[in-house]
Amino acid sequence: MTVNAQLRWRKFVSNFMLTMTGLCALVAVSVLFFILGYLVYHGGTSINWDFFTKLPAPVGENGGGMANAIVGSAKLLMLATLFGVPIGFFGAIYLAEFSGSNVAFVVRYAADLLNGVPSIVIGIFAYSIAVQPFKHFSTYAGGFALGVMMIPITLRSTEQFLLGVPRALREGAMALGASKWKTISTVVVPAAYRGILTAILLAFARVAGETAPLLFTALGNRYWSQGWNEPTASLPVMIYNYAIGPFEDWHRQAWAAGLVLLALILVINIVARAILSRGISVPRS
Amino acid sequence: MVTTSTTLPSAGPVSGSRSFFAGLRDGDEIARLITFLFAATVVLITLLIVYMLWRNSVLPRHKFGFAFLRTSTWDPNFDQFGALPFIFGTLVTSALSLLIAVPLGIGAAIFLAELAPARLSDTLEFFIDLLAAVPSVIYGLLGIFIVVPIMRDVIQPALKNTLGFLPLFKGPAFGIGFLTAGVVLAIMVIPYIISVSREVLLSVPRDQREAALALGSTRWESTWKVVVPFARTGIMGSIFLALARALGETMAVTMVIGNTPSISASLFSPGDSIASVVANQFTEATGELYTQSLIELGLVLFLLTFILNGLARLLIVATSQRGSAHA
Repeated sequence: MTVNAQLRWRKFVSNFMLTMTGLCALVAVSVLFFILGYLVYHGGTSINWDFFTKLPAPVGENGGGMANAIVGSAKLLMLATLFGVPIGFFGAIYLAEFSGSNVAFVVRYAADLLNGVPSIVIGIFAYSIAVQPFKHFSTYAGGFALGVMMIPITLRSTEQFLLGVPRALREGAMALGASKWKTISTVVVPAAYRGILTAILLAFARVAGETAPLLFTALGNRYWSQGWNEPTASLPVMIYNYAIGPFEDWHRQAWAAGLVLLALILVINIVARAILSRGISVPRS
Repeated sequence: MVTTSTTLPSAGPVSGSRSFFAGLRDGDEIARLITFLFAATVVLITLLIVYMLWRNSVLPRHKFGFAFLRTSTWDPNFDQFGALPFIFGTLVTSALSLLIAVPLGIGAAIFLAELAPARLSDTLEFFIDLLAAVPSVIYGLLGIFIVVPIMRDVIQPALKNTLGFLPLFKGPAFGIGFLTAGVVLAIMVIPYIISVSREVLLSVPRDQREAALALGSTRWESTWKVVVPFARTGIMGSIFLALARALGETMAVTMVIGNTPSISASLFSPGDSIASVVANQFTEATGELYTQSLIELGLVLFLLTFILNGLARLLIVATSQRGSAHA
């Protein structure tokens, strides 16, 4: 009997603990739906046409929108992509196709280190490089900061996908007399393009919501930015400023901006994963 | 390995016989050079970050030395800069977040790796990945308008009534402060713990589980006494990774911590962290010493996360190698 009781107890503990782990998973995943729910609820009721088309109203007045921040974010992200993606992409080609193991180790190590640098520190770095010497905040500086953050993500995942391209494909091209560069540009990269596209999209989504590196590089602006060399507003910084601000109407617009930003990021994430899963499954290295 | 290296020269004709000039003509050498330059840029930028942080914090390093890390007066008007309250705030909020996130995250990872059918596990992992993609300013937004009121009106009074005799839960309930920052951080790092721990648990060889079950252990016993210990180092790695994220997290913490430099035993009290003081004061800092003191805080943060990330990666690699070696 005691053995039976003990067994029953062990089975009870087993079932109980396994149920608890299920609960943990449920709680963790439900956070996502809470976030979505709150943003759709608060943001959905505050979003309107003005939000997309108007400049911010003078401080303290109701109304206005974030047209300048939307355009500003687009400009910053374009600069970041132009700066970060080529370095990440060609760096990855070097790592996967050309480099010896020592150089590759150093570059990989540097990229992983860069990936772990807190975003606020990237902000300080961009400030020292692109703001301090010129004595003014600018769109360029903000784009540079975000671009630096895109590099390691693009590099490491692109490399993974390039390494996943089967050796036979390379050898086939070589056997037909193609040079190495020809092989890479016409065989290897096209074979891995879905993965590479996914990597770039994920890097883009990751920096689209970054706020800290922009605080003292692109700064912010309540008007249209006059050019690439001037400070510019951006959605994440506007959300921050409006959320900690004292006005009810600012809070409303912060929710609206939050909804727009989160929708953009989640859509890019989902599209990126869809692109990958539709493609030929490239074996992970 | 030995045979590979001896046959390499004979395998040479594919690439080895091509002279440097032939390579140049086909664009190989040019391509190699160009891609090398891009790869070198990555290393250069990383080194430049360290150099810039070091060079631009020279004034406070010379003026205060290590006292910068030990003193707690932060008074820009009198050029007194001590980082202790910020270091304290960063450590307390990060520790709190781990206290909440580790049990939850590992529990969820066990469910995803051991119990859930593959389809369900992949679907949930997809949601977890999306959760990791939510930007921190959004967490901050929800922190200010949802978490802070709940903390102020429900959780903090409840804690005060039940555990109020502890110094940890004394003082007025503002809603903002260390505890709230810790909770928001916990929500933010849980996805990292789950993703990495799940991967590590999945890499534990199947025969480990089967052996435990064959010896008559229950499902939970095989998980808890065999699979989890096997993956222990990797799980530790995921925790370090989460800790590094928590230490460097800026926006969400800034929005709910209260931004008052203070060292207090009470978790209800408003405080400040390294990242949030930099975010708040950097643009308003007047004078070289003030700015450079903030940059030195950035350097401290960089070093902390550098060490933690390095440890985390070592631990994760160690486990996955162990797993694949046995598989």
